[in-house]
Amino acid sequence: MSNEGVDGNRRRFLTAATSVFGAAGAAAVAWPFLASLKPSARARALGAPVIADISTLEPGMRATYLWRGQPIWIVRRTPEMLASLDKVASSLVDPDSKTQQQPAYITDKSRALKPEFMVMKGVCTHLGCSPILRADHPAPEIDTNWQGGFFCPCHGSKFDLAGRVYKGVPAPTNIVVPPHRYEGDTVVVIGEDPKTA
Amino acid sequence: MAITPNPYKTTGALGWIDDRFPLTKMWKEHLSEYYAPKNFNFWYFFGSLALLVLVNQLLTGIFLTMHYKPGAETAFDSVEYIMRDVPWGNVIRYMHSTGASAFFVVVFLHMFRGLMYGSYQKPRELIWVFGSLIFLVLMAEAFCGYVLPWGNMSYWGAAVIINLFGTIPFIGPELVVWIQGDFVPSDATLNRLFSIHVIALPFVLVGLVVAHILALHEVGSNNPDGVEIKKKKDPATGIPLDGIPFHPYYTVKDMVGVAGFLIIFCAVLFFMPDGGGYFLEAPNFTPASQTNTPEHITPAWYFGTYYAMLRATPSFAGTQIWGVIVMGAAVVILFFVPWLDKSKVKSIRYKGVLSKTALTVFAINFVILNYYGLQPPSDTVQLISQIGTIIYFAFFLLMPWYSKIDKTKPVPDRVTE
Repeated sequence: MSNEGVDGNRRRFLTAATSVFGAAGAAAVAWPFLASLKPSARARALGAPVIADISTLEPGMRATYLWRGQPIWIVRRTPEMLASLDKVASSLVDPDSKTQQQPAYITDKSRALKPEFMVMKGVCTHLGCSPILRADHPAPEIDTNWQGGFFCPCHGSKFDLAGRVYKGVPAPTNIVVPPHRYEGDTVVVIGEDPKTA
Repeated sequence: MAITPNPYKTTGALGWIDDRFPLTKMWKEHLSEYYAPKNFNFWYFFGSLALLVLVNQLLTGIFLTMHYKPGAETAFDSVEYIMRDVPWGNVIRYMHSTGASAFFVVVFLHMFRGLMYGSYQKPRELIWVFGSLIFLVLMAEAFCGYVLPWGNMSYWGAAVIINLFGTIPFIGPELVVWIQGDFVPSDATLNRLFSIHVIALPFVLVGLVVAHILALHEVGSNNPDGVEIKKKKDPATGIPLDGIPFHPYYTVKDMVGVAGFLIIFCAVLFFMPDGGGYFLEAPNFTPASQTNTPEHITPAWYFGTYYAMLRATPSFAGTQIWGVIVMGAAVVILFFVPWLDKSKVKSIRYKGVLSKTALTVFAINFVILNYYGLQPPSDTVQLISQIGTIIYFAFFLLMPWYSKIDKTKPVPDRVTE
């Protein structure tokens, strides 16, 4: 074949234009496949708020609810449990909860709207395991300064009764407090912010 | 149009095929006229054994898929159905689960062989790189398969591994939701892992195995002496003097390896199919529960070494991504071994005391790390894992140094046995 009389620039332009157009087409075809992996409409619908009636929760006990498939704990803290929060402060990474692991409207150092009721995700901030409630203390096998709290069986992360993380464990931050609000005195709506906020 | 007669002068049905398809050509190139060094020892069993286990996994996997039902509501029950109601279903499933562990046993030994005899050195770098890719894909394949029974260990194992991606700054949490197809590991997650386990990764795995073997047959096999047999050929035939045809010599020899392997494999399969709680773990005999994490989460035993490194790395600057990076780097560093080894000789037989010590310490350390990766977390476990992680990386990162200054012995012209 002879290349005589061929406009090289024109040929190069056409090759480049075709390649770019083809690549754009390939990217456009990839989009629906990648997007199909996102949560479906049904999965998103299941993420709706959960209503928790805590009127029957005894002091010192914990109730578990499921919101977006994740355990949400409500612990009714006794005065003694609340007092323990100050005792462990020196062992914690972030005792004042400066890292925003809770909604902005939760400003109390007990990390709750009402200090008596601790609402938190039952999920370790390390790799998503569900820690175990170890209210018993002292428990030197967990920590020399253990006043009751949550112990993660996966990698040994420790949290106090406000979900604040101990120093020297794999989990970097305090346990997440989900958005929630009270409807009346004893009903918690998990997954919705307070209406005034 | 006339057909060019094939050069092998085959006739009849075979001749008809050879005129149209390189059947005899392939047979000769890869088996009857593939000349392998005559001094292979038992370490050379593990390549063919890995192939055997791959076939076992593919075959049993096909039959398991005929009864297994992916889906959060159906998976656990369908596995129990296979175990109790499907004729011979328990044996087929145990062949698959035992095969998974056997795969890692033979692959670890196969890789150790490569490290020992310098089988990654020039011109075999690509064989090693393909092999490392196989190892990587195998780990992904094993993880996906581990999730499928949807027992409680499956579920929380999936949660932990997928959450590794959540440690990536900024996009992490969104990425996790995208990978899971939900806000938590769920039905959608299980189904996509099923798809990846039975279609996507097996395709890739088989392709990589073909590439691994093609690369091997292109340059020829290494051997325990690390001598290039192609350097000394019979002048008349052009066949390496120390080479023997793979078939029948090594096909028959490998059958001995297969027999030995099957004795152990069947002993596990028939007498302790749960591998003492290491091949199939107790918490996985209870269905997945989103609210109850098993008391003690461990990965499957073959991930122990890398899991120990993940746990050993503390969080820093408000993120736990460092552990993930360390664990990833521990696998990625394997790819660079051909260029990290600066030794003039291939085989451990002619390397000096530094290289011998390094490899011995590395192998022992690998086993220790694996053990501690499966223990419940404690300060002691943490400390040992940290020391082990440093030793693991030191073996690779110091290799350019110790392999270069090490005193080597002279390598013979011909293989020694």
